[in-house]
Amino acid sequence: MRLTCPLCGPRDRREFYYSGSEDYLNRPAADAPAEAWDDMLHLRVNPAGVTRDLWYHETGCGSWLVVTRNTVTHEILATERVADRKGGAA
Amino acid sequence: MRLPRKGLIDRTKPISFRFDGASYAGFQGDTLASALLANDVRLVGRSFKYHRPRGLLTAGPEEPNALVEVKDAGSQTPNTRATVQEIYEGLEANSQNRWPSLRWDLLSVNDLAAPFLGAGFYYKTFMWPRAFWESLYEPLIRRAAGLGRLLPRHESATYEKAFAFCDLLVIGSGPAGLMAALTAARAGADVIVAEQDSRMGGRLLSHDGQINGTLAADWVKATYKELRSLPNVRLMTRTTVIGAYDQGTYGALERVGLHLPAQPDLPRECFWRIVAGQAIMATGALERPIAFADNDRPGIMLASAAQTYLNRYGVTPGTRVTIYANNDNARTVARQLIADGVKVAAILDSRPDASSLEDCPVFLGARITGTRGRRALSRIAVHQGGNDFQIETDCLLMSGGWNPLVNLACHQNARPEWREDIAAFVPRPGMVPGLHAAGSANGAFSTLACLSEGRAAAQAALAALGRTAPAPDLPEAEDDPFRVTPVWQVPGRGRAWLDFANDVTVKDVKLAAQEGFTSVEHMKRYTTQGMAPDQGKNSNVAALAVLADATGRGIAETGTTTFRPPFTPVSIGALGAGGQGLGFAPQRFLTSDQASRDRGAPMVEAGLWYRPSYFPKPGETTWRHACDREVLMVRSSVGVADVSTLGKIDIQGRDAARFLDFVYTNTFSTLPVGRVRYGLMLREDGFVMDDGTTARLGEDHYLMTTTTAAAGQVMRHLDFIHQAYCADWQVRFISVTEAWAQFAVAGPLSKMLLNSVLDTRLGDFPFMSCGDVQVEGVAARLFRISFSGEEGYEIAVPTAYGEALFRDLLSRAETLGGGAYGMEALNVMRIEKGFITHAEIHGRVTAFDIGMAKMVSAKKDCIGKAASQRPGLTRPAREQLVGLRPLTDTAIGAGAHLFNPGDRVHRETDQGYVTSVCWSPTLGSWLALAFLQNGRARHGQRVRLVDHLRKTDVLCEVTDPVFLDPEGAKLRA
Amino acid sequence: MPDLIAKSALHGTAPLTLAGTTLAEAAPGPITSIACFPGTLAEVAARLGGFPVPGRVAGDLVWTGPEQAFLLGRAAPDLAGIAAVTDQSGGWAALRLTGPRAVQALMRLYPLDLRPAHFPPGSVARVPLGHMQSVLIREEAGFLVLVFRSMARTAWHEIETALQSLDARARAGLEAPSS
Repeated sequence: MRLTCPLCGPRDRREFYYSGSEDYLNRPAADAPAEAWDDMLHLRVNPAGVTRDLWYHETGCGSWLVVTRNTVTHEILATERVADRKGGAA
Repeated sequence: MRLPRKGLIDRTKPISFRFDGASYAGFQGDTLASALLANDVRLVGRSFKYHRPRGLLTAGPEEPNALVEVKDAGSQTPNTRATVQEIYEGLEANSQNRWPSLRWDLLSVNDLAAPFLGAGFYYKTFMWPRAFWESLYEPLIRRAAGLGRLLPRHESATYEKAFAFCDLLVIGSGPAGLMAALTAARAGADVIVAEQDSRMGGRLLSHDGQINGTLAADWVKATYKELRSLPNVRLMTRTTVIGAYDQGTYGALERVGLHLPAQPDLPRECFWRIVAGQAIMATGALERPIAFADNDRPGIMLASAAQTYLNRYGVTPGTRVTIYANNDNARTVARQLIADGVKVAAILDSRPDASSLEDCPVFLGARITGTRGRRALSRIAVHQGGNDFQIETDCLLMSGGWNPLVNLACHQNARPEWREDIAAFVPRPGMVPGLHAAGSANGAFSTLACLSEGRAAAQAALAALGRTAPAPDLPEAEDDPFRVTPVWQVPGRGRAWLDFANDVTVKDVKLAAQEGFTSVEHMKRYTTQGMAPDQGKNSNVAALAVLADATGRGIAETGTTTFRPPFTPVSIGALGAGGQGLGFAPQRFLTSDQASRDRGAPMVEAGLWYRPSYFPKPGETTWRHACDREVLMVRSSVGVADVSTLGKIDIQGRDAARFLDFVYTNTFSTLPVGRVRYGLMLREDGFVMDDGTTARLGEDHYLMTTTTAAAGQVMRHLDFIHQAYCADWQVRFISVTEAWAQFAVAGPLSKMLLNSVLDTRLGDFPFMSCGDVQVEGVAARLFRISFSGEEGYEIAVPTAYGEALFRDLLSRAETLGGGAYGMEALNVMRIEKGFITHAEIHGRVTAFDIGMAKMVSAKKDCIGKAASQRPGLTRPAREQLVGLRPLTDTAIGAGAHLFNPGDRVHRETDQGYVTSVCWSPTLGSWLALAFLQNGRARHGQRVRLVDHLRKTDVLCEVTDPVFLDPEGAKLRA
Repeated sequence: MPDLIAKSALHGTAPLTLAGTTLAEAAPGPITSIACFPGTLAEVAARLGGFPVPGRVAGDLVWTGPEQAFLLGRAAPDLAGIAAVTDQSGGWAALRLTGPRAVQALMRLYPLDLRPAHFPPGSVARVPLGHMQSVLIREEAGFLVLVFRSMARTAWHEIETALQSLDARARAGLEAPSS
C-alpha cells in the first residue's frame, strides 16, 4: 500500500501511522453534551466502500493526513493535510 | 540419458554433486532435476500421504514431487524443488518423506491402507475417544505430517531485502515478456524484467521452434543483448514475482546465492519490493496432467517438461516414450523426440478426429486405463475402439491442455473467467490496476500471438504512463491454432491422481462432493487439494472440473478457489531479512554508554535505549547488593544518573503557553519564566497519556519532558492537536531529545558536586527552578527537579559534551563518597517516593485514579477533560493508587492481585493489582504501588496480596503511595 | 574555550570502503532547525536568503518539514518573532556515502525512489532508514544521511551490511544476469 503525502510525494505504507476515522477532527465544544463526546470518541462507521480516515506521516514530515480511500477496491482517492483544512475547533 | 550436442548447458564445465549420498555428474546450467534425469535417476521422492514412489512431473517451479533437502555449511533447506535448484560443485541434496531410504520406505504401508485413508480420514477417525486427542493422536499425526526437516537451531546464513522502482515491471521473459520489454525499453521507459529462471527466454528455451527464420533461442539471445545494452533496463533473473499488492507494489523473491556454494556475506535470497507504474503479467501457462489410473509412477511426466529436458538440457526422459494428449501442442514434442532419435512407442490422442502424421503408431480416441512398474514405469494399459492392449514404455508424457498462470492477476481477489474454447481460466482486464496480461498467461498460445500480445500490452502500459512510441515490428513466428478437447478424468480401475503433492485423487474429490462439500473452497479444505507447496498449480483446474462434474454444475459456475500470495514458497528468512538478531530494532546508545560499560554496568533496554541497570562494585554478587548501595548512596551523599532518554520537546511561539494549557490538564501560562512545573497529559478519551515536567525557558519558550518510552507517542499527539485544532496558532515544536545530554545529580551533596563543575557557583536556586549555566566553559541548562526525593538537579549539555561531562561528574562524585546509579536504584527511589511511571499510567487509569483529579483545571478546556469527567471515570469504586507494605518480610512482585482478607480468591472478588514493587533499603521493607478499589479511603486497612505465578500470598497494609518524606522537606532542602 | 571534550556520534570510526563505495562520518557543522510561524515564510526567506520548497535543498538550507528547514554549517540570523529557531547540532549523526554502489546500498534500506531522475542532487527526504527516522540528502557526489545521534551505530551497521552484501554479489560475479 502506498499513500501520497502532499508534501513528500508517494510513500510506502510503513512510513505512516494509522489513527482511524476522520471523526476525531470534529472535536465538540468543551460544554457539548456527553452524547456529542461519545459520538466523537466511540461511534464509528466502518463502511465497505469509500471512507475517510487519519494517517500520520510519522517517519516522514510529521503531517497528519485525511485519506479518502475505498476499503473494497483499496483505491486511494485523495490525500490532504489536516493542517490545510479550513477552520478547526478550539 | 544425456543426448549429444543438444541443450543450453555448458559441457566444458562438468559439476559433481551428491543426491542421497551418491555422487553424480552434471554440467553448468543443469538443474538438480535435469542432472538426475541425465543420470537416469527416476525415483526422486515419496509422496506426502501414501509415500508412493515419485519421479519428476515437471521441469519448473510448480514441481509437486521432486522436493528435496539441500544442505550446505550453515543450513538445511527442505522442500527445495529439484527443478529449480541449479547444481553447483559440492551440492548435497537428499530426498524427503522416507525412512530408512528412498527405495525402502516403511510408511509406504500407508499406500496399502489407501482404501481407508481417503478424504476426511483424519476428521472421521481421530474424533474419539476424546482423551486420545492430545496424548496419542496429535503426537502420531505430528510425526507423520510435514515435509522435510529444518535444522533445530538458528540459521546463520544471510538474507537481504531491497526496494526497487520502475515505470514498467515485466513479469516473465518468454516471447510475450521479451517483446513487451523491448517495446517499452525502446520507448525509453524505465523497465525491470523479472524472470524466475536463471536465464531469460521462458518457453522459448524449451522449443526448437523458429523466430524470424532462426532458432527461437537465437532471437532470445539477440533480444537479451539489446535489452542488456540499454541503461533504462534492469534484467533480474532467478527472481520470482510472488505477489501483486496495492498501488503497483509487487513482491519478488530473488535466489541470489542458492545456486552457488555458501559464501560469506552473500545472501541466499533477496526479498524485493518493486513499485511499478505499470506491470505486464507475462507469466506463461502450465501444462495440465491427465487423471488416469496410477498416473503418478516415476517416468510419467508432462509433455512440456520432457520438451524442456530435451531442448534446454539435452536430456531424454526415457528410451521408449509414449505420449498421451488431448491437444496438438503435445504432438510437437513427439515429433522432436523422433527427430532426436528417441524411440516413441506410441501416441495416444484422446480426440477421435485428431491427425496422425507422426512416424510412429498413433492411436486416436484412445485412453489409458492403467500403468505398471513399482519404482518406475514399465508399461501402460490402453483402451481404444473397443480394444484393450498394453504398451511397454519407460516414459509416458501426458498433456491435458494448458492453464494460463493467472495467479498474480487474482491476488486482489478478482476472479478469472472461464474460456470454453481453450478449456482454461484466463484473466479479465483490470483485475489488478495497472497490470496487463499478455501471452499464454492471457490464453494466447502461439508464439506469434505471444509476441503480439506482449507488444500490445507494452503499448497499453506506455499509454497509461503517458508515453507514446512507435511499435517495433513483430518478428515472424509460428501461429498454429490451439485445439484441445478437455479430458478431466479417465475411466479406469485404480486411483487417478489430481494433486500429486498432497495425494488427492479423483475419488477424494467425488467423495467430498458426495458428503456435501460442494463448494470449491470446502472441497479444497476437506480433501487438502491445492494446499501443498505447489498450491494446486498442477491440480486446481482439474479438481474443480471433477467437482463440477460430480455436482452437475459447469466449471465456470463452480469457480476457482482464492489465489493468494505468494506465488511460490518464500522462506521466512527472506521475508524477515534484516530483522534477525540486532536487526530487529535500532539500538539507541547514550553518550555515557562507554563510561557505564567501563564500570561494568549491565545494560537494560528501555524502549530502544540501552541504559545502565546498576554499577557493581567488587564483592557485590547480586544486582540487589549494588542497587541497595546505590540507593543509600544517593540518600546519604550524591549520585549521578544519565536521564537523557527522557523525551524533550522544545516549544516556541507567542501561543506556546496557550498550546500547553490545551495539552496539559493543568495551567502553564501562569508558570513564571525560570520555573518548572509537573504536568499531566490526557488522551481525548479522558485516560492519562503521559506526565512530565515542563520548564519555561522564556516568555515564548518552553521545554517539555516526556517519559522515555512515550516520547514518540507524545510527539504524534502534539502534532495532531496542533494540526487538527490550532494550526493557525503561533506555536512550533521540535524534539530536542538527542540534542541534549542530561544528567541527574541527586542527594544531600548534589549542590556541592554541581558547584565543582559550574563556572559560577550556584546562587539561590529553589526547587522547580531552571536556568542557563556554564559548565567547564560549555553553555548548559540546569533544572532543579527530583525523581529520587532528594535534593536533585538535572544538568543538560549539548550532546557532543555528554560523555566528557558524565565522566567528570562521576569521578568528582566518587571523591565525595558518591557515584553513579542505575535504573534499578532509580526505580527503587521513585517507588519510595510514590512517583508514578508507565507501570502505573498504563493506559487504563484516570487522573482520579492516581489521585490527581485536582490537576484537571476547572478554569479551562483541555484535551481529555470532557471525557475524564464521565461518572464512570470518577466513581469511588474505581481502583485507586495506593501504597502497600507486607506485614511480614516477604518478597512480593508486580502483577499480583489484591483481595479482602477472608474473601475467596477469585476474579469476582478481585480488589485490585500491584504495578510496582521494590525492596526499600531506606525503609527496610518491601514496598508496592498498587491500584485498589476505593483505595484512598482504605489507608491503614489490610489486603491480601496473591501472586499465583510466584506462589506469594501475604497480608499487606494499605498506605499512602508516598512512603518517604511525604512533606517533601528533602526535595526543597 | 570549553574544558570538556566534544565527541561526534561516531567518534573514532574510520571510513569504510566496500564495492568501491565509501561510508564515512561527515561533519556538517552546526545544525539549526528553523520553523516558520504562520504567515512568516516570506520574511524568514528574506532574512535567510531563501527557503527551500518541500523535498529540496536551497544552498545551506535543507527542507525538513512543513515550513521547516535545517540550516547547515552556519549560525542562524536573528529570527525572533517570526520563526522557532532550535539548535539541533549534537542531535544528529551525519554519514556520507559516495561511490558507484551508493544508490544500490541505500535501496536496501530506504523505501524511497532514489533513481536519479526522481531524486536528483539537491533533493532531500524525511524518510526512514530501516526503522530509524532520517533526513536523506542527495548531494552531487553521493548522499548525506542524518540520523538521530543515539542510533548512529545502528545506521552505520545497516549501511555497512548492505555494502557487504553488494560486495559479495560482485565477488560472486552476480552483477550481470546471464542468458
